[in-house]
Amino acid sequence: MSALETAAAPQTLRRIAIEPVSRVEGHGKVTLLLDDQNRVHQARLHIVEFRGFEAFIEGRPYWEVPITVQRLCGICPVSHLLAASKAMDLIAGYETLTPTAEKLRRLLHYGQMIQSHALHFFHLASPDLLLGFDSEVGKRNIVGVAEQFPELAKQGVMTRKFGQEIIRSIIGKRIHGTGCIPGGMNKPLALADRDTLRSAIDGIVDWSRQAVGLVRKLHETDPAFYGSFGESRANMMGLVDSRGGLDLYHGTLRAKSADGETIFDQVDYASYRELLREEIKPWSYMKFPHIRSLGPDEGWYRVGPLARVQVADRLPSQQAEQERQGFLAVGAGKPIHGALFFHWARMIEMLHCAELARDLLDDPGILGTDLMADKGAPREEAVGVIEAPRGTLFHHYKVGANDLITYCNLIVSTTNNNQAMNEAVRAVADQFFDGREITEGLLNHIEVAIRAYDPCLSCATHALGQMPLEVELRSASGELLSKRRRG
Amino acid sequence: MRLVVFGWGNESRGDDALGPLLLRRVEAAGFAGVTAVEDYQLQVEHALDLDDADMALFIDAARNAAAPFAFSEISAKADAGYTTHALAPEAVLEVFKHLRKREPPPSFLLAVRGEGFELGAELSEPAKLGLEAAWGFVGGLLKEPDAEAWRRACSRGR
Repeated sequence: MSALETAAAPQTLRRIAIEPVSRVEGHGKVTLLLDDQNRVHQARLHIVEFRGFEAFIEGRPYWEVPITVQRLCGICPVSHLLAASKAMDLIAGYETLTPTAEKLRRLLHYGQMIQSHALHFFHLASPDLLLGFDSEVGKRNIVGVAEQFPELAKQGVMTRKFGQEIIRSIIGKRIHGTGCIPGGMNKPLALADRDTLRSAIDGIVDWSRQAVGLVRKLHETDPAFYGSFGESRANMMGLVDSRGGLDLYHGTLRAKSADGETIFDQVDYASYRELLREEIKPWSYMKFPHIRSLGPDEGWYRVGPLARVQVADRLPSQQAEQERQGFLAVGAGKPIHGALFFHWARMIEMLHCAELARDLLDDPGILGTDLMADKGAPREEAVGVIEAPRGTLFHHYKVGANDLITYCNLIVSTTNNNQAMNEAVRAVADQFFDGREITEGLLNHIEVAIRAYDPCLSCATHALGQMPLEVELRSASGELLSKRRRG
Repeated sequence: MRLVVFGWGNESRGDDALGPLLLRRVEAAGFAGVTAVEDYQLQVEHALDLDDADMALFIDAARNAAAPFAFSEISAKADAGYTTHALAPEAVLEVFKHLRKREPPPSFLLAVRGEGFELGAELSEPAKLGLEAAWGFVGGLLKEPDAEAWRRACSRGR
């Protein structure tokens, strides 16, 4: 257990709650327990919404699941679609997709990665990075960025739009798409759509490369600050191909320690339960997964861009791999663990996906019409895993005799990162809070660390009037001393 | 007159479905000059959907709206509501202003009151009534897509 996870005498401390965390999908709350000298004794990131995803899925026909799971999350529905589709391919008896179907799914995935990473960086993270963590709160947003960096903001919107257009071209709509079905795809890519996407992709590659350069320059302005902010040494996990290169759509599991030593490698993800264990803690609805062999205290891990670009031996994309080498050079041979490095890694991945999308659009095979594989023996149980924008995403299903789902277990990326995010919060609290007056800018430091992980606490519910930010300061006896609200 | 109508929300979260359900009725009715845009949430790229629009209508479920619905004109605003993964409609208009260097088209918000937003929940009974009431209202609006007429509809006190 981390030193700041549970205070020795919480009843004697002041409580500060940041609720919900703004620019984070879903509902989160951060509580800090401080003593009279503002020293931090306990820091926790709570997830306050019970999601009930599995119960939502169980009892439905398996062929409906790829569509249904898209409603779990308004930010990354395509990730759930693909992970569920991979599992349902096996349930339905399709062991291998046709070459065209796999290319289409990969292109779909890269489109999702591009739009998600663009949204995150240009519209959620750049206000903090470009305008400053302590800048005026009313301007610390995408509109503030658009005022000061209009070209960058425009590129961000257009890059996200491009990713969405890939998705629309392949599955018909930006949401509720029906392109993936068990065993393959249900429509080919139209020539006109391919040509439209191809005409824009070089610009997206170029913008993505510029975005990597922008983050690199930001780090170069203050390497000590960027290197240490929210730093927490973590094990790392991600999918790799058979040669150890990054593969975001399909591969085997690899984990490395905080020092870069291999913990496991080339493990079939269907056996994830032998590798990972999900722990429950009384103060959070979200589970805490860890590597079984290391136990809960030593076995927690990080997933997502910062883990992926370090777990893999290489990126199979020329420019992105070149940028990755520059990124790794910062660590001088040791893994990098600062929270703000997520942004740099994320932009390297956006470049990587843009390059891979370009290659697929240049491949005549993407226009093929061999969309359905040959059917074999069905299964009653299957696991589908992909590397979603925020990290490794597990979908595990069992199906009964009447084709209805009898069991569903999802480990979403944010759950994989639960302990890592908590550790980042504690690192920031430890670095910046002790003994200082609490200000809005200081509280935003906590949020910056959380947002670096791009958590998706998910819900897609957003009804107007939701998502304010409230900060409560309470005495040791629980009395409300002051309250701040924004949003 | 080119009118873009946004309806957003998650159909699998109870009354959050109000926006998409109402939007589909708009689409099915086939009003001339109307472009329907459905999504889970509003985001920055929706500003680009305003490019060719003379007017815009945003339809969403709202927890705090007057029942059964509220209709109002909205303008570009850099409020903090968009500091999440979802933008407020006013913030979409603000992004449009900055991207296109011009004022967005006259824009209106129809906020239909929702009561429950749990995953897997059905539309609540009050929301079903609100949907019917709102559809009756929207049908009238779309027969007369004129900003002045819509402003008068706002002032009728809904």
